[in-house]
Amino acid sequence: MNKEEIAITIANYIKKNFLFDEKKDIDHNISLYQSGIIDSMGTIELVSFLENTYKIRFDDDELIAENFDSLNAISNFLYNKLQKIT
Amino acid sequence: MCGIAGKINFSYDAEPSSIDLLKNMVSALKHRGPDEFGYYRDKNAGLVHARLSIVDITSGQQPMANEQNTLWIVFNGEIFNYLELRKILENHNHKFKTKSDTEVIIHAYEQWGLECFTKFNGQWAIAIWDNRNKQLILSRDHVGILPLYIKEENNKIWFASEVKAIFTDPEVKREINIISLQQIFTFWTTVTPSTIFSGIYEVKPGTTVVYSIEGKRHEYKHWQLSFTNDKELKNKFSFKDSVKEFEHRLLEATKLRMLRADVPVGSYLSGGLDSSVVAWLGRQTKSGTFQTFSIRFEDLQFDETKYQKMLVSALNSTHEEILVTKQDIRQVFQDVIYHTEKPILRAAPAPLFILSKLVHDSGFKAVTTGEGADEFLLGYDIFRLTKIRQFMANQPESKIRPLLLLRLYPYLSDSLFKVKGVSFEFWKKNFTELNRIDYSHILRWETTSKLANFFSDSIQSQLHNDVIEFVQDILPENFLNLDPVIRAQFLEIIILFSGYIISSQGDRMLMSHSVEGRFPFLDIDVINFLNKLPIDHKLVGLNEKIILKNIARGKIPDEIIKRKKQPYRAPDAASFLLGDHEDYVTEMLSEKNLKNFGIFDPKKVSLLYNKCLSKFSQNPDGSQISNVENMSFIGILSTQLLYKQFILTNPKTDNNILFKTKIDLVKDYE
Repeated sequence: MNKEEIAITIANYIKKNFLFDEKKDIDHNISLYQSGIIDSMGTIELVSFLENTYKIRFDDDELIAENFDSLNAISNFLYNKLQKIT
Repeated sequence: MCGIAGKINFSYDAEPSSIDLLKNMVSALKHRGPDEFGYYRDKNAGLVHARLSIVDITSGQQPMANEQNTLWIVFNGEIFNYLELRKILENHNHKFKTKSDTEVIIHAYEQWGLECFTKFNGQWAIAIWDNRNKQLILSRDHVGILPLYIKEENNKIWFASEVKAIFTDPEVKREINIISLQQIFTFWTTVTPSTIFSGIYEVKPGTTVVYSIEGKRHEYKHWQLSFTNDKELKNKFSFKDSVKEFEHRLLEATKLRMLRADVPVGSYLSGGLDSSVVAWLGRQTKSGTFQTFSIRFEDLQFDETKYQKMLVSALNSTHEEILVTKQDIRQVFQDVIYHTEKPILRAAPAPLFILSKLVHDSGFKAVTTGEGADEFLLGYDIFRLTKIRQFMANQPESKIRPLLLLRLYPYLSDSLFKVKGVSFEFWKKNFTELNRIDYSHILRWETTSKLANFFSDSIQSQLHNDVIEFVQDILPENFLNLDPVIRAQFLEIIILFSGYIISSQGDRMLMSHSVEGRFPFLDIDVINFLNKLPIDHKLVGLNEKIILKNIARGKIPDEIIKRKKQPYRAPDAASFLLGDHEDYVTEMLSEKNLKNFGIFDPKKVSLLYNKCLSKFSQNPDGSQISNVENMSFIGILSTQLLYKQFILTNPKTDNNILFKTKIDLVKDYE
């Protein structure tokens, strides 16, 4: 599983679950929070989705802005975390 | 209060309006005034009036004329200072036949012309037909407490308290205005003077419109919302003096509203500060029994019973209350949209619809409420948020300053919101751009505008690029010179307050069951006074409505003054997710109807509906459903209902209406 695949999986989830539109494109660098795609309630949904999909658990100190702000940030962080586990 | 409507044909060869049309128009407004009906008709003009008798019950019938029968008036509302004005007019040799405020308006117009509207303290929608000069005058109160709609076409004018009366004329086309729909799905309401219907406009608040036979249309502002900037203030009032003067004016305003009625006036009690102060002051104005009314919620997150009880015992009032459930909201929601006449994004009007029924069934026709205090005394979070964003902008790199957001949104420090670094990003959007006209409202408006995503492709292609332009059009030239907090206040008053709070949550819900609202905080002397005070007489640090809290102390229970402000909310999407039975909700959200009405994309709506159902099945209190999901659900459902009830269906009318007042100048009337 590479970073791009992770990014696409998350993008599809976000499109269906937050934009309700599977045809829409999301810029992988756009801030998901500043653009309002994900709100504070959405953070819970996204984190649960990632934990369930990738069978992982996030520590409190991993739940920080730098790791969750854009599709690229999330896939980078997740890729590195998954690398460490394997 | 009442309902008014009319049709004027300015053509020289005009056919008079038929009695049937006048009956249909007035019957569409029957809920606003069930007590008596009247009409006036000449070759050019037809006016109707549905009366809710509150002042001068025996002789205040309308339409009413001046002594020469040249001016005819239909009027919805109250001119609270009519007794004072009457004295002045009597000194100018005006003779009065009735004890009503309606007659005072006619003589005031004769005496002062259009200037008369600057002398009124009250709430009104007025139509005056001058049959000698063939002129129609339409006027609406300062902040738009009472509704008044117009349509102009081919030398004809229709006007009415509610659009449904205009729609009873088969000549009038019924269509949704897509840009207005986009405005609602951004600002929560249309921007004045637009309505959700193509070709139908509202008379702007604080405005008088004059139409004349030459086809000319003139608009006059009789009042303008304006604020004095802190730097321009010459320290006229110390805080202590402000408190004293404010208390005096608010008490006078409450007296006028409690005592100037020939029927008893009750009081709404929400459990919050504003209605508590109004009820307490109201209690002081008269001896004997005092009637209060409250909404309670089955869902504890919305319920304020504890505080309502405190007030009831402090006031020793006779109290009526109603417990509202999600099922109740679902049951009345179609009727709610019939009365709001516009899509809404929150279900909050529904419990107010249920409450006004309780008031009506208890035999009351008028109530006071605390409406307006949050807008004019800086009570809402949006004002505090604007202050915090401004403070953050002074040192944009600071990691400490955003922590103030936790004071506004304590949940950000909870559990998973430890991702607060992330959450703060949302509130930093454009936060250094203080010169944007939407600086204070950009977060709300951008969040809400996400709802446009649900529109069908065909609707999406008709949307306007930049809806903020419509707001820009109605702002004063000096807008950007105002303090950002005052700008936030200005926007809140001319958009959300005028189009939603006192309309969809105010007049429309009250009048759905023939109940008149009276609002001491919206007394023009109170408003004009508050708007001249420095900001820190209202908002100190992050402590809101400080001047009001000062007059409340020692009067109402301390717990109510000190409690954290709870915004009035009701269960939203969760009200419509229980059970799998088929009813109007499943019908309106079915793929077939979504496709047929053509406004929303059935696939996207189905994804949203299923997501809400799934969240609801896990958590029946609806707390997992996000703000955007709630607004989307209610917005879509209410738009579908509006389309069904106003575009697809002919308006409800009742041809058995009996006119008590008949003024017919058309000779061949049998």
